[in-house]
Amino acid sequence: MLRAGVVAVQGDVSEHADAVRRAAAAHGEECEVVEIRQSGAVSDCDVLLMPGGESTAISRLLRTEGIDEEIRDHVAAGKPVLATCAGLIVAAADAKDDRVDPLSLLDVSVDRNAFGRQRDSFEAFLDVEGLDEPFPAVFIRAPQVDAVGDDVEVLARWDGVPVAVRQGSVVGTSFHPELTTDSRLHDLALFDGVEAEPALND
Amino acid sequence: MPEETDLEDLRRGTDLVKRGFAQMQKGGVIMDVVTPEQARIAEDAGAVAVMALEAVPADIRKRGGVARMPDPAQVEAIIDEVSIPVMGKARIGHHTEAQILEAIGVDMVDESEVLTPADDAYHIDKREFTSPFVCGARNLGEALRRIDEGAAMIRTKGEAGTGDVNQAVHHQRTIKSAIRKLVGMNHEEREAWARKHEAPADLVHETHEMGRLPVVNFAAGGIATPADAALMMHHECDGIFVGSGIFGAEDPERMGEAIVEAVNNWDDPERLADIAAGIGKGMKGESNTGMADEDKLQGRGV
Repeated sequence: MLRAGVVAVQGDVSEHADAVRRAAAAHGEECEVVEIRQSGAVSDCDVLLMPGGESTAISRLLRTEGIDEEIRDHVAAGKPVLATCAGLIVAAADAKDDRVDPLSLLDVSVDRNAFGRQRDSFEAFLDVEGLDEPFPAVFIRAPQVDAVGDDVEVLARWDGVPVAVRQGSVVGTSFHPELTTDSRLHDLALFDGVEAEPALND
Repeated sequence: MPEETDLEDLRRGTDLVKRGFAQMQKGGVIMDVVTPEQARIAEDAGAVAVMALEAVPADIRKRGGVARMPDPAQVEAIIDEVSIPVMGKARIGHHTEAQILEAIGVDMVDESEVLTPADDAYHIDKREFTSPFVCGARNLGEALRRIDEGAAMIRTKGEAGTGDVNQAVHHQRTIKSAIRKLVGMNHEEREAWARKHEAPADLVHETHEMGRLPVVNFAAGGIATPADAALMMHHECDGIFVGSGIFGAEDPERMGEAIVEAVNNWDDPERLADIAAGIGKGMKGESNTGMADEDKLQGRGV
């Protein structure tokens, strides 16, 4: 039984819970999902999801609840993480903003809301390294990755800018793979992209 | 790696993008602010967004007169001050106020009963906009009518500006109770329910299948303390709007921080006791009980 933790202090938590269940089912794995709103639950998790939301609010609550160090330990142990949008900002090495304390899980620098305000938010199909067919990507007040370290692999770009990256066991995306029923990115990030049926019609 | 992604293929303002914005607010606290200074305090306290309006509801109640959208210059100053989303209130049915807010760059428009309605028969046709809208509702029929018009988020109406949470609780219980009934109904019973409650039948069936509203559902109206916010999470709201409760409190910074932490720890009474301890007085408020119907804002725009 796989135990998946969704960091649940704020953001689109239930969407990630549904997506990881779909990805696990596509692998024939049983999956228990736990919502992490307080300290003490991360160390029991095999994989972690860091949802979209507001990075300032999430960062603040991770610190006050003492979950931030536990997430660092999870990554230090080599366990998988998928961090989307605000999750990516919190996972970065540098968010260039003193309102966020990034956790340095990924050696990238991010520019918050670089894609603009909500009126500029969009959906589009995106080619992603490791996926055969384009992925339906939803960008909501999305951040851009503006610098990547040597050990970081860029999995996707939009207009030349990196929007999906991987370093070791951590995958980060500017967009929200949890907002559609296509769980291929959860599969890629958490199950190492082993051949699986995309659950497009779940 | 592939480089041929088609940039022309992008789509803005779709239901997925509008409802997705609201989904990112879940588990968060959205705070009413009048000035950039208040917006800064709200962001530092951990708000997920701020709601710009010309006066907080408690002051609108006291002042009387016609309440309208905020001054665009003030909204722009708030947008410049904070990095979190900025929402703005427009009058019910006031298409043009909503267009102005969208033009300024407001991230979500609240078509709000707190302001004086501009149209006695119609709400704004929200499907025409790129920006998402939030609307108030007291019951499921009202919520589904607003979603049919294009609302991407629903909030309870509560009784704004009173600091009395009982109407928010009443509206949330009413909506949840109606959904539980729908879940047990067959197709023809749901069709009859839709006719009786003047709700679009396709949304009635969708709600039945999902067992919840098809969009994010926040609490609003009369929430004044950390315990009030936690109570609304207990009633299965997705998040909280706080109007006069922050800046009507004795210590807005501490009240803001405490409400944010209370929403995260809503089901842990011991933590709530710590969070609510020694944070100063909440807003004075005014009880709903015995309030004359003509003094209530919640009956506007049904």
